[in-house]
Amino acid sequence: MSSVTTTHPAEPHGEYHPGGLLRWLTTTNHKDIGTMYMTFSLIMFFVGGIMILAVRAELFQPGLQLMKPEFFNQLIGVHALVMIFAALMPAATGFANWMIPLMIGAPDMALPRLNNWGFWLLPPAAILLTLPFSLALLGFGDGAIATGWTFYAPLSVQGGWGVDFAILAVHILGISSIMGSINIIVTIFNMRAPGMTMMKLPLFAWGWLITAFLLIATLPVLAGAVTMLLTDRHFGTHFFDAAGGGDPILFQHLFWFFGHPEVYILLLPVWGLMPHVLSTFSRKPIYGYKAQVYSFIAIGVLSVVVWAHHFFTAGMPVPALIYFMFSTMAISLPLAVLFFCWIATMWKGAMSFETPMLFAVGFIVLFGIAGLTGLILADVAADAQYHHSYFVVAHFHYALFAGGIMGVMTGVYYWLPKWTGHMYNETLGKLHFWLTVISFNLTFIPQFFLGLAGMPRRIPDYALQFAEFNAISTVGAFILGVSQLLFAWNVWACVRGGKKAAGRSWEGAEGLEWELPSPPPHHSWEVQPQIK
Amino acid sequence: MAGNTLESRMRGKLAAKFFARFKRSISLLITFGPVGIVNAAYNFNFPEPVTPIARETLHIHNEFMLIITILFVVVFAIMIYSMIKHRKSVGHQPASFTGPRSALQWLWVLIPFAILLFIDFVLMGIPAVKAIVTMEDTKTRADMVLKVTGMQWKWQYEYPEAGIKFISTLATPREQIANAEAKGEHYLLEVDNPVVLPVGKKVRILLTSTDVIHTWWVPQFGVKRDAIPGFLRETWVLIEKPGTYRGQCAELCGKDHGFMPVVVHAVPEPEYLAWLDQKKAEAKAAAGGADRTWSSEELMATGKDIYEKQCVACHQASGLGLPPAFPALAGSKVVNTPLLDMNGKIIKDSHVDRVMNGKPGTAMQAFRNTLSDVELAAVITYERNSFGNHRGDMIQPAQIKALR
Repeated sequence: MSSVTTTHPAEPHGEYHPGGLLRWLTTTNHKDIGTMYMTFSLIMFFVGGIMILAVRAELFQPGLQLMKPEFFNQLIGVHALVMIFAALMPAATGFANWMIPLMIGAPDMALPRLNNWGFWLLPPAAILLTLPFSLALLGFGDGAIATGWTFYAPLSVQGGWGVDFAILAVHILGISSIMGSINIIVTIFNMRAPGMTMMKLPLFAWGWLITAFLLIATLPVLAGAVTMLLTDRHFGTHFFDAAGGGDPILFQHLFWFFGHPEVYILLLPVWGLMPHVLSTFSRKPIYGYKAQVYSFIAIGVLSVVVWAHHFFTAGMPVPALIYFMFSTMAISLPLAVLFFCWIATMWKGAMSFETPMLFAVGFIVLFGIAGLTGLILADVAADAQYHHSYFVVAHFHYALFAGGIMGVMTGVYYWLPKWTGHMYNETLGKLHFWLTVISFNLTFIPQFFLGLAGMPRRIPDYALQFAEFNAISTVGAFILGVSQLLFAWNVWACVRGGKKAAGRSWEGAEGLEWELPSPPPHHSWEVQPQIK
Repeated sequence: MAGNTLESRMRGKLAAKFFARFKRSISLLITFGPVGIVNAAYNFNFPEPVTPIARETLHIHNEFMLIITILFVVVFAIMIYSMIKHRKSVGHQPASFTGPRSALQWLWVLIPFAILLFIDFVLMGIPAVKAIVTMEDTKTRADMVLKVTGMQWKWQYEYPEAGIKFISTLATPREQIANAEAKGEHYLLEVDNPVVLPVGKKVRILLTSTDVIHTWWVPQFGVKRDAIPGFLRETWVLIEKPGTYRGQCAELCGKDHGFMPVVVHAVPEPEYLAWLDQKKAEAKAAAGGADRTWSSEELMATGKDIYEKQCVACHQASGLGLPPAFPALAGSKVVNTPLLDMNGKIIKDSHVDRVMNGKPGTAMQAFRNTLSDVELAAVITYERNSFGNHRGDMIQPAQIKALR
């Protein structure tokens, strides 16, 4: 993309590192904070994973074997909240912290203390979310939130104090995300290396920029909705109670006004990093840079005007149904541009298939299934059958596991040599990829068929006709879960040692981050590079 | 902690069954993979449609599936071709283009875009709009009305023109769910009182709920609509073929969300009318019962019956409930309040008040509109004299009738 005119001198002066835990508690360094985000995300990924494996074990055969329905309902809801707010979002923020300053030639994030605070709000929020489980074991309360991650009123008005814990957790996570977003926007707008215009900004930073704006636009709406829920629960308001002039569907509007953009909040950073990986391993420049930037913006704008497709079955006037259907279908257009650009970046390159490239290709294919099933879900008439069924469950796992988590893994394998200074174990990485892709499909393809056959989601027990597919799905889920241990092991081993990674860790890698040594010094780009 | 639950339960008897099943499935998958897959009950598409909407929906679904399959195959065939041909290991030299460079290339870029535009808004869009308009047309030439009320965790069905209503609850024995008995053919999809509807008639269905949001869904009807507390929603069905159709609540509505099935008997009209007459006679007999004096034994026997259908899901067969969400009735302060005040009126927060009017903001619903005078009197009397409660009193159906 650009050449660099300065080399990096070692600057020993003014560095102060407290040791041990205090270092991590007080750090304002973007690399330390990025590492903490990624570590937190990995831990919570396993926490959420264990929850859903318990669920899949229960669903292995008809009948109630392992748990009561109440506990089942808690597991599915907290699984979703943990995976979305405590695994995927922190992973994206971790990438942003580590990579945006390196990629735009900035010495650090613009607001380092805010950055530290943003991270340290996460552990208390995760504890709030999961604490009610432990309290219930000790005999206090009736467990965690049991309404699914959607908090739908009036079920959530009726729920136990797990709902209050979840509301507070969501508030804290929201504050953390908004602080992270402000930091990223300020950094990108003010701290780019001289000569780096917005249209030379790496696509990863562009993806994150749109995510940051979406977070700032929609999280306050979620915060408002759950606060209204809190006052309905405890302070006698009737926002969502028809008996007091309220409307339960109001909650769904507010929730999904946040909830739909949230999907793109999770995916835009991944779409941003994908072209870098594809370009690197195709040894060919990114195709359609401008088209991708404009698609990001278009998707960002469209994402806030399509929310009601999440509750077509709640009943709406015909013009509203038609509007939300067509606006939702319109998202397929900019998304198709992205797919076109990804494949065109690979076209006529000189490809090699190291683990990041495998994950990138796996991402494109499986996320393609998410996109295509999303297109038909937008159709109101067909949606009446798909909605609330396992078809939807399969669809959004293709979007959020194959699109989100596998996208994150693409980035981790891609940048791990840069972060640690070591190459990871390639054989283990490839094994991890194949196990993940095969077991993921083994888990979720049967769920498409279950949904078509009429199995509703969020049920702890099911009719006998659904038994075979559920059994297959559970086997897939356990293989998928266990395979992720390979990932954790590979990352850990790579942190500890391994073959030394060069500054430019991949043959075809382009961009400022590859101009620095691996690992980069604690403080990098203290003298900003000049972009020509 | 989920791990703990798992681990401790694994030691139990159930674990043996669990692993037996696991082994069976594994062997099915690996050893007899293809054979097993052919023989087992796999459904790869919607169940057989029996209403015009369901047929339309299946048609649309099949068409869309075909379209997206073609898109998927074409797009990824191109990608896979590239992955095979344009590899470093086969010595392909990388090109350096970053966008379309000629008019021809622009054409290549714009054609897929135009195709997608056509698929979205013409090929898929036009039939979809037609289907929506049909789906939402609940009023034109409707022959009858069925009112469906969702409540935790059962459905109430009302035929306003005939003036009858009844509650429909899960009929699968709890022992089957707990794996203590073999599961029946219609496990979890069977009810005590199915809805009966005539075939060939357009039935306008009005939906509401008394507590949280439920969703009424019968896959073979192609109809799924939310039942929202305090609001009416509507949909319609025209069943073309006699038969028994089964569905479930599709919106998470609390503990027993998985245990509130929908069963519809579709019968020819004469049979439907006969059923209606029989239901009317039953309702009349029940209403007549409210005017006579019931003995304590009669009330206790009927009360036990009602309790086991309406109350047992939360308060449990033992009356110990599942605190703190679902309080115990055994030794309950509320149950042990006096029945009525001196003038025969309801005392606020008393046992009668709670059963008839429910407790807002909790799963305890108002039974005043769902149970008859006899049923209310019976279940109240039963609760006051069971689970170690010895109030020794009873309330007569006539007293309940007077409270309304």
